Amino acid sequence: MRARFSAVAAGVLGVALAAAGCGSTSNVSNSSASSGKVTGASTVGFGSANAKLCSASVNTTPNYKNIIGVIAGGAKTISGAGSTFAAPLYSTWASAYSKAAGITVAYGSIGSGGGIAAIQANTVNFGDGDTGMTPAEISAAKGGPVLQIPLLLGAVVPTYNLPGIGAGLKFTGSVLGEIYAGKITNWDDPALKKLNPGVSLPSLPIAVAHRSDGSGTTNIWTDYLTKESPAWVSKLGGPAQSEGLTVAWPVGIGGKGNEGVSAVVSETKGALGYLESDFAIAQHLTYGQVENKSGNFIEPCIPTITPAVDGVTFPPSLNTFLTDGSNPDVYPVVGTSYALVYEHQSSKAVAAGLVNFFSWVLSTGQNLNASVYYAPLGSALQQLAVAQLKKITVSGKPVA
Amino acid sequence: MTAPAPVSVAPATAGHLRGGRRLSDRAFRAAMLAAAGIVLLVLAGTAVFLVTSAWPALRHYGFFTFLGADRWAPSDATAGSAHPNPYGIVQFMYGTGLTSLIGMAIALPVAVAVALFITEVAPAWLRRPLSSTVDLLAAIPSVVYGFWGIFALVPALHPVVDFLTSTLGKVPGIGVAFAGPFFGVSYFTAGVVLAIMVLPIVTAICREVFVTTPADEKEAALALGSTRWEMLRMAVLPRSRSGIAGAAILGLGRALGETIAVTMVIGNSVLSITTSIFGQGATMASVIANEFTEATEPFHLQSLFVVGLWLLIIALVVNVAGKLVVRRTRADIA
Repeated sequence: MRARFSAVAAGVLGVALAAAGCGSTSNVSNSSASSGKVTGASTVGFGSANAKLCSASVNTTPNYKNIIGVIAGGAKTISGAGSTFAAPLYSTWASAYSKAAGITVAYGSIGSGGGIAAIQANTVNFGDGDTGMTPAEISAAKGGPVLQIPLLLGAVVPTYNLPGIGAGLKFTGSVLGEIYAGKITNWDDPALKKLNPGVSLPSLPIAVAHRSDGSGTTNIWTDYLTKESPAWVSKLGGPAQSEGLTVAWPVGIGGKGNEGVSAVVSETKGALGYLESDFAIAQHLTYGQVENKSGNFIEPCIPTITPAVDGVTFPPSLNTFLTDGSNPDVYPVVGTSYALVYEHQSSKAVAAGLVNFFSWVLSTGQNLNASVYYAPLGSALQQLAVAQLKKITVSGKPVA
Repeated sequence: MTAPAPVSVAPATAGHLRGGRRLSDRAFRAAMLAAAGIVLLVLAGTAVFLVTSAWPALRHYGFFTFLGADRWAPSDATAGSAHPNPYGIVQFMYGTGLTSLIGMAIALPVAVAVALFITEVAPAWLRRPLSSTVDLLAAIPSVVYGFWGIFALVPALHPVVDFLTSTLGKVPGIGVAFAGPFFGVSYFTAGVVLAIMVLPIVTAICREVFVTTPADEKEAALALGSTRWEMLRMAVLPRSRSGIAGAAILGLGRALGETIAVTMVIGNSVLSITTSIFGQGATMASVIANEFTEATEPFHLQSLFVVGLWLLIIALVVNVAGKLVVRRTRADIA
């Protein structure tokens, strides 16, 4: 009896250990399959044109001067919430700013939708949304008009998980739209094969990944799909339904936050998801190149993100989309992230604290963008952003 | 010689004692009544709160259109039009029901087996450590189960499910319920995670129930020459039917409401019902958890309250039905 129990116990333990062993995963590196199975030649890569573009020395430390200067009497702590797209950069800024000025900035990464709701309810000092606020959303805000201040430039990249296939797969906007509409369901579809001759794409079903929460990253991505893919627009029922912070996704797995989509992509073979570029780079995910308006396939990197503002006329609110840029060397799915601040503040300490923090972000802070794989604002946009900051008033008097 | 006057000491002191006892008794009774009243108040208050919060959406779209509409598409909602209802919730009821069913179908036999093993088969030195280990499963936080589900369970399930989709999935008719492709997160994965979360509760109750089987009935069965399995089947299990049913109802209640672990492994596809159990979906609890922080569309937040209201109704119905089942099976044995 005892011998039989020992045998059973040993067997159970063995199965448990085996399950634990099978279950361990690792971040799949760009070019090798975790199972050691390489399916055919993967002559991918971004190509020499992109290599030249991305290695171009672009000024990532613009050293903007802080023309506003530090205002005395600012609050010691300011709180903000919003976009997960901008969250890694806010975390970098907050730690550098607390060393420089001793002020704590607490930022909650809850998604652009959450950030907009928080600033509307005035439960935070500032919000952050990747695509700002619509006039309807601003009129629903409790504290009056809201200023939208762009702070960074970032890219949304298509990331995928295909055993044996490295980074650099080519996509166009219309093909991405058809994948997200559920029309293209397999990696070896002729449309994808045509874009990538010489790459032996496996016959694997595409596991589409998208955001399950309200997201500015989604808004940027769906804006690009709406501009480039008629199939996407017609599947969703029109341009009003086919872009937004949330859409009625016809297919796919939902993940919460950029982190959720990143987990789905890295854990699912055959997955395709859209992520902000810094997440994809930091998590060592495999991402591809996208065709821009001029017909060139561009790799997302800081030199190809920065020209997205070329030729863009910004409205007075500064709220506009930066997708499908006109520059021939620009990556087409670029966005910014807007800090959302009430124009008429009620507390002088909070107003001074906000102006101090954002004037620092728009000057010294811009030098830190590249360290977390975002691009700094171009000088024209930076001046427009500072002009917005100067509009903040307390009791009718401008703070800056 | 006069008779001694009757001494009425006892009634006086007794009356004094009785008065003291009456006061503390009354205070005790009041405290117990208050406790019971608070419980009832919380339940009624929750129901009232859900109804009043959901009321704007119920009035705008109508009570039953939520069950009749076939897709959940908040981006379609406009403040003016009420038809068609963009907030159809049937797929969430389907998701909740399916994952709970899969969870119970896996957990109940295993829990009964484990409880039988602990009480009847295991040697005495093994009983306490084994029951403590099973109880430890209940101590693991839900979000940790979610992580384990994504990173350990999904890769382990892949070979099993790929085999099922290639065999059962090809059978005409029922094949559509087992169709691939399997991406890891699915109703089935959520069901398996729920099974493990529900196991400790069901096992603990079954254990208690089996321990109360009268020893003389077991000995009688053995004396008549039955094997151990026949003894369990004749003497232990029939007597425990109502207890096992009660345990199953409690486990089902836990499975219906489980939120975080399910949200992490079910795939969050909210648009409409996915027919395959290996496809992505959503449950009533998971859609509330995912969408309530940014429910900014017209009537979005109120519709999430409608989902919560229906979840409460389903949980109450399941509990009442369970009590009836328990009573019926207990009557059978008696």
